[in-house]
Amino acid sequence: MAKGPTPEELSNIDYTPPPKEWMDVPTVFKPGTFCWGAKGKNLQILEFPNARDWTPVEEDWKLPENWQEILLEGMKERLGKYRSFQLFMDICVRCGACADKCHFFVGGGDPKNMPVLRAELLRSVYRKHFTTAGKMLGKVAGARELTLDVLKEWWYYFFQCTECRRCSLFCPYGIDQAEITMMGRELLNLIGLNTDWISGPVANCYMKGNHLGLEPHTIVSNIEYMLDDIETITGIKINPSFNRKGAEILFVTPSGDLFADPGTYTCMGYLMLFHELGLDYTWSTYASEGGNFGFFTSNEMAKRLNSKIYAEAKRLGVKYIIGGECGHMWRVIHQYMDTWNGPADFLEVPVSPITGTRFDTAKSLKMIHIAEFTADLINHGKLKLDPSRNDDLVVTYHDSCNTSRGMGLLEEPRYIIKNVCNHFHEMPENTIREQTFCCGSGTGLNAGENMELRMRGGFPRANAVKYVKEKHGVNMLANICAIDRATLSAAVDYWVPGVRVTGVHELVANALIMKGEKKRETNLRGEPLPGKEGN
Amino acid sequence: MAMMDFQGKQIEVDDDGYLLNLDDWTKELAEHLAKQDGIELSAAHWEVINFLREYYKQYQIAPMIKILVKEIGKAMGPEKGNTKYLYELYPGGPAKQACKYAGLPKPTGCV
Repeated sequence: MAKGPTPEELSNIDYTPPPKEWMDVPTVFKPGTFCWGAKGKNLQILEFPNARDWTPVEEDWKLPENWQEILLEGMKERLGKYRSFQLFMDICVRCGACADKCHFFVGGGDPKNMPVLRAELLRSVYRKHFTTAGKMLGKVAGARELTLDVLKEWWYYFFQCTECRRCSLFCPYGIDQAEITMMGRELLNLIGLNTDWISGPVANCYMKGNHLGLEPHTIVSNIEYMLDDIETITGIKINPSFNRKGAEILFVTPSGDLFADPGTYTCMGYLMLFHELGLDYTWSTYASEGGNFGFFTSNEMAKRLNSKIYAEAKRLGVKYIIGGECGHMWRVIHQYMDTWNGPADFLEVPVSPITGTRFDTAKSLKMIHIAEFTADLINHGKLKLDPSRNDDLVVTYHDSCNTSRGMGLLEEPRYIIKNVCNHFHEMPENTIREQTFCCGSGTGLNAGENMELRMRGGFPRANAVKYVKEKHGVNMLANICAIDRATLSAAVDYWVPGVRVTGVHELVANALIMKGEKKRETNLRGEPLPGKEGN
Repeated sequence: MAMMDFQGKQIEVDDDGYLLNLDDWTKELAEHLAKQDGIELSAAHWEVINFLREYYKQYQIAPMIKILVKEIGKAMGPEKGNTKYLYELYPGGPAKQACKYAGLPKPTGCV
């Protein structure tokens, strides 16, 4: 964060609420706290409405003349279509249990980041147009008109929620705030109010199969460079296959793993593990994205982008699918894919070819998380491991919001880490597992221009990392999410310098003793292994 | 969309100042963009920029850092094939700053 506030300045958080009623507090677009507007060309590619270039700080958002009508109609349609939305608009009693659970509120102090109030931004308009009390009593009943200022407030705050659902965990009614944000963003999408950082990757994924826009030859080339490094480090030459019909397993991972550090080391970990097992698997350059930024625009777009995973599995004739280390990918796969694009009755219930374990939890989905697969291998003693190769690391584990609260994957990553590392310490219990704090940059908020917001949102997580760094000397933050690998790197550099970020399968591959490997001198990052520093 | 005025020509750029059209790029423009950040482009800087442009033509995306490091190492000698060297040249990060001068769009997604 070159020009933004220092950590000292940012940690001086003012929780004093403004003296006025919340409806009377205008929204201020503070630089560093919002993303750029979507580019017209990307919206056009996606056939999204109102495709044009626009800038959030400019007065004129170039909206269609009847934008209010479109939004209210859109709201009506969704209230009818999604019973959860109707319910969540009606049942909040404003008890405040969620208020201090949001990382953006904890790190920023803006009352409109209390989940209850963020939802109220939408509810107030709902009341005005869809409830009798709101229609008759107006402001007294907490109702207000949908004005341009209200619209701008929606946009500002619905892109200050990462749909992490930590607040929902504490809600006595079980109101899912992520769904409220999703509805808010869907409505904004109806009049072309997307962000560049979301619509760019969605357009790429739509055209080229992945967020980054990696074309087939780029994917192959990137993996070949990784294979070169693996050969240098282990002496072992690996030849993975791409788009191979008849493979037993299709492997799908977020494209970040194929491009950005430190995800690339995690990717090397997958390659090494699968090679060592002799796994009959294939990569796909078509289903080349596990993640789904479409999920941050509309249900239809998310479904459409997701459809290629099953389609490719069918085309290749595989038995089942293994998915890589990703967060929101797994919320989508675990909770939506089967109903959107299933049933995948052309696939089989996943059975590990190494241990014979049948993953009945994926009986319908036909897709398992690599952490489940690897934990099972270790549990059956199928991997030769030398955890001392990770002895320079004191590791803690960050639960991704989506793999923990979204699918309950809590034990497997920890079990793996404890078997491949000798030094592991948990962060405080109200910051991990179901109660994990978000990285602060999920749901497509991981852009560059909103860095102050990201650092504020990452503050509670970083604070817990700082605690274990000071108490146990933690120097490595492990996780199973591609967004985490990118965003936590920035957050810890800012708040807790000296701690680095890794995927779990990078740790696995460092410890993995491979058949015929040469004596390892370095880890996957090319750094000397513990005890080899002098060489 | 933002416009940049350069040598009497209006050039389309995004909100971060990255060129929108690869064809608008000229050597003079690269020097101009670098100067705005207080950087005088040396032969070493150009080695990186030229590689990025060549790479982009073939792959339609900036290279991952691993590739940039290796290829610069091959071209400039092994002592320069490391991220430290690239960050010395481009303190704003080789992926961001060098791509900007080379006229490449910035990568987006889980990065």
